[in-house]
Amino acid sequence: MERIDFDRLKTGEVNLGTSIMAVQFKDGVVIGADSRTTTGSYIANRVTDKLTHVHDRIYCCRSGSAADTQAVADIVHRFLQSEAQEREETPTVHIAASVFQKICYGNKDALSAGIIVAGWDKDVGPSVYNIPLGGGLFRQPWAIGGSGSTYVYGYCDATFKDGWGRDETVEFVKNTLALAMSRDGSSGGVIRMCVITEDSVQRLFVPGNELPRFWEGQEVLGAASKKIGSDVEVVPMAVEV
Amino acid sequence: MTSIGTGYDLSASTYSPDGRIFQIEYAGKAVENSGTVIGLKVKDGIVLAVENLIHSKLLVPEANRRIQTVDRHIGLATAGFLADGRQIANRARDECASQRDLFSRGPELKTIVNRLGLYVQAYTLYSSVRPFGISTILGTVDKNGPSLHVIEPSGVSFGYHGAAIGKGRQLAKTELEKLKLSELSMSEAVLEAARIIYLVHEDAKEKDFELEVSWIGPESNFTHVHVPNELYKEACTKAKAALETFD
Repeated sequence: MERIDFDRLKTGEVNLGTSIMAVQFKDGVVIGADSRTTTGSYIANRVTDKLTHVHDRIYCCRSGSAADTQAVADIVHRFLQSEAQEREETPTVHIAASVFQKICYGNKDALSAGIIVAGWDKDVGPSVYNIPLGGGLFRQPWAIGGSGSTYVYGYCDATFKDGWGRDETVEFVKNTLALAMSRDGSSGGVIRMCVITEDSVQRLFVPGNELPRFWEGQEVLGAASKKIGSDVEVVPMAVEV
Repeated sequence: MTSIGTGYDLSASTYSPDGRIFQIEYAGKAVENSGTVIGLKVKDGIVLAVENLIHSKLLVPEANRRIQTVDRHIGLATAGFLADGRQIANRARDECASQRDLFSRGPELKTIVNRLGLYVQAYTLYSSVRPFGISTILGTVDKNGPSLHVIEPSGVSFGYHGAAIGKGRQLAKTELEKLKLSELSMSEAVLEAARIIYLVHEDAKEKDFELEVSWIGPESNFTHVHVPNELYKEACTKAKAALETFD
């Protein structure tokens, strides 16, 4: 079998080098994303909305190629509209995720799309489905995705607890994304979040200057440059690469 | 019916002046001449029963089934042209498979019935084809409980508590109405279904028949299967006994 080609973006193609996330809690799901869209090193959009509506209580978080994921989300959105009309009831998150999976797997050689589908339905309540690059489909209590996610798996594993309420879950998503954005060069800007419950979809916004802050490093050389002896000159140490 | 002659009955694509399509009504006649088929929706399951008329003594018993399975949890029985029944079952299987393919889970009967209805209706539109000479009973048990539907040759479909099609449908319907369907257990429903089929066969006594019964529910692990042999034999015996006392 052929190897999956991970750098398949065309030159100049707009990339969602991204941090995205979805977490289910008792009454619903919290989804979140950073807002950076890049073409190479240029930030094409610093206030992007990567949380995309596909039905009343079903959203997806998009990562990968902006064009590909927008197109796929549009197709699923249209499909769910006609499905809702035909069945005379709102589609489940599982149906939405299956359709995403079908498209992502069927066109895996042409697409670069990593999508998290999340929402609320009357069959199972809240649910989160992860559809990574190859087009698999996995239900998870929480999912992270995009280039920034690799830096925060440990944080999520260490922090996540079952049985959280809404506010704790929002804090978890906000902190995780802030950490991912601070370490990942292709993530950044603001944090956008959605809280999807049976009764409502509520959007939350965290501006770039109000992001949660964690340890940001400290000046080591400054402290050490105090002369130890008058004849000993402290030379800054080269950092090993 | 004032349908004989007049030239408006030659094609399914032509209305008569009073707005009827005779070819569809003739298809209904094909159903009326068939052995009776009944379906019961009871408390926690579905029972289908067929009066399988035996046209030759050379036929192997139990080898020529009229009840078909279209998905693990969906049963189908037709009255009318046998060949059309096979065709509709194959179409139903295709629809189920495509639903499974698309949504990665078992199909809902409502969707399958709607799509089969569209398929049957398409055969009432063109002069180059004839309408289906069958009525179809479909039953399932899913997360919303049991459900039972009938599709007619015109393509319309209805949901039922109890359904009867074929030659003995009138008597079968009156018998079904007497039952408290929502309170019946699955095994009770099998006995009642067998009794009704034996009863409606009285009118066509000269022909041999074979009773065929299937069910879907907790007893069958929510899959569509023919009822176990023991229960089948009990149902036949009791049905015959009931005939003696029926006036």
